[in-house]
Amino acid sequence: MSFLIGDNIYGGYGVIVGPNGAGKSTAMKALLGMLNVREGAVRLNGKDITGMSPQDRVSEGMAFVPQTNNVFAGMTVQENLEMGAYLRRDDFTGTMEQVFQLFPILGEKRRQLAGELSGGQRQQVAVGRALMTQPSVLMLDEPTAGVSPIVMDELFDRILEVRDTGIAILMVEQNARQALEIADKGYVLVQGENKYTDTGEALLADPEVRKSFLGG
Amino acid sequence: MTDILNALVLMLNFVVIPATSYGAQLALGALGVTLVYGILRFGNFAHGDTMAFGTMFTIFFTWLFQSVGISFGFLPTALLALPFGILVTSLYVLGMDRVVYRHYRAKRSAPVILTIASVGVMFVTNSMVRFMIGTDDQRFADGERFILKARAFKEWSGLREGLKFKTTEGLTILVAAIAVIALFWFLQRTRTGKAMRAYSDNEDLALLSGINPERVVMVTWILTAALATLAGVLFGLDKSFKPFTYFQLLLPIFAAAILGGIGNPTGAIVGGFVVAFSEKFLGYVLPDTWKPEGLMQLLTVDYKFAVSFIILVAVLLIRPTGIFKGKVIKG
Repeated sequence: MSFLIGDNIYGGYGVIVGPNGAGKSTAMKALLGMLNVREGAVRLNGKDITGMSPQDRVSEGMAFVPQTNNVFAGMTVQENLEMGAYLRRDDFTGTMEQVFQLFPILGEKRRQLAGELSGGQRQQVAVGRALMTQPSVLMLDEPTAGVSPIVMDELFDRILEVRDTGIAILMVEQNARQALEIADKGYVLVQGENKYTDTGEALLADPEVRKSFLGG
Repeated sequence: MTDILNALVLMLNFVVIPATSYGAQLALGALGVTLVYGILRFGNFAHGDTMAFGTMFTIFFTWLFQSVGISFGFLPTALLALPFGILVTSLYVLGMDRVVYRHYRAKRSAPVILTIASVGVMFVTNSMVRFMIGTDDQRFADGERFILKARAFKEWSGLREGLKFKTTEGLTILVAAIAVIALFWFLQRTRTGKAMRAYSDNEDLALLSGINPERVVMVTWILTAALATLAGVLFGLDKSFKPFTYFQLLLPIFAAAILGGIGNPTGAIVGGFVVAFSEKFLGYVLPDTWKPEGLMQLLTVDYKFAVSFIILVAVLLIRPTGIFKGKVIKG
């Protein structure tokens, strides 16, 4: 399996799709260092990080948004963002303003507990928290799971905006068609194998992929 | 009119003042239990004996100061010895964490295993305290005994009932208030305090944010040691120090923490006062005709633990999350 995102020019947007049980989440965990990698390597900006703990990977510039339980429910929106910037010793108010620009609703609700927000707003808090580390790659595990279609569209738009700031994105997604439409690069996993890799458009056009996975 | 005033003074003297200071002591104890539960995720049965350990070292330092002639004016010398007691206790609990709890944490053991391990720590601590200071009562309060004496109050007010306010009671309420404010400020405003809350809220996400779990654990233990020593010393000053009493305090303290909602600091404080007032009131709500003649007590002091126990059972049956929605205790 190989996921190469980013082409040294700007971030890039990679999407991993595949049927249930294909190994999408496992691949994500391996990248994060939550599983031991038996063979192969994880590289970030050319640096081998295979042996690093998840925390060290965070300080190397990897950020991750888990699928569930991805906010500190008992803390305010602002505190959630502060915790995202926990490792940073510099002034992070600028980054926080950027997050509020990206997700204006979070600025309005900065004093509210994250656990009291709607599902879509929580996802925004989760993405915002991950962005606070100023990562070079942002990884998301099914960010649109359980949110309404309107919120989903909005979230995809925001993620594209994040990409445009130069942060590479790697996302596991159930809504394959929609995710591939906007992806620079798509990876179709089947039974733990990286079966098709191409641009999102090409994968959508590929009859094999459509037949076996996208339902014709 | 004077009857009402007499009744109020009686109430203040025998219930409100003693229950408030006892409540403050329980609240400090319950805060320690709740911190460990919220952050380290287990019920720490060694907490009562940690209080005894901290109080014992504070007594040792008090004796040392007294022997070289250092005193604190009208305040108890133990207050000067307190920081040293807290220091030794912090080192002790950090040592216990290193040799006992860290192993189970690394293995990601179930909370019940850590709780049972804490029972072991409880026995070890308990034995050490008995071995070092003995099982007898120790009175170590010195300085002025009363802020307000019953006789002086009677003369001043002309009322039939006296009102006394012990220095230790006043001190307990004041010191506990300062400690609680400082703790809340720490948890709400500082970077480390917020990291502790984040770790308690969502451990995995805290790790993903780069929060160092060992540091959070270390700060938690130091705070717990400080709270335990403070609670123990204030209790000991107010009453007396006896290792067995401190072991027994575990029950009202757990009742307070669970009643308030374990893992929730505000709940621990409210719980502490509810348990304390319930215990003190019990002796007065029983019918007068039950009261025996002479000096015999209807309910000996030992029975007051029944109150805590009833509260504990009732809360766990009716509302396991407690008043302030703490975590439900899981095995």
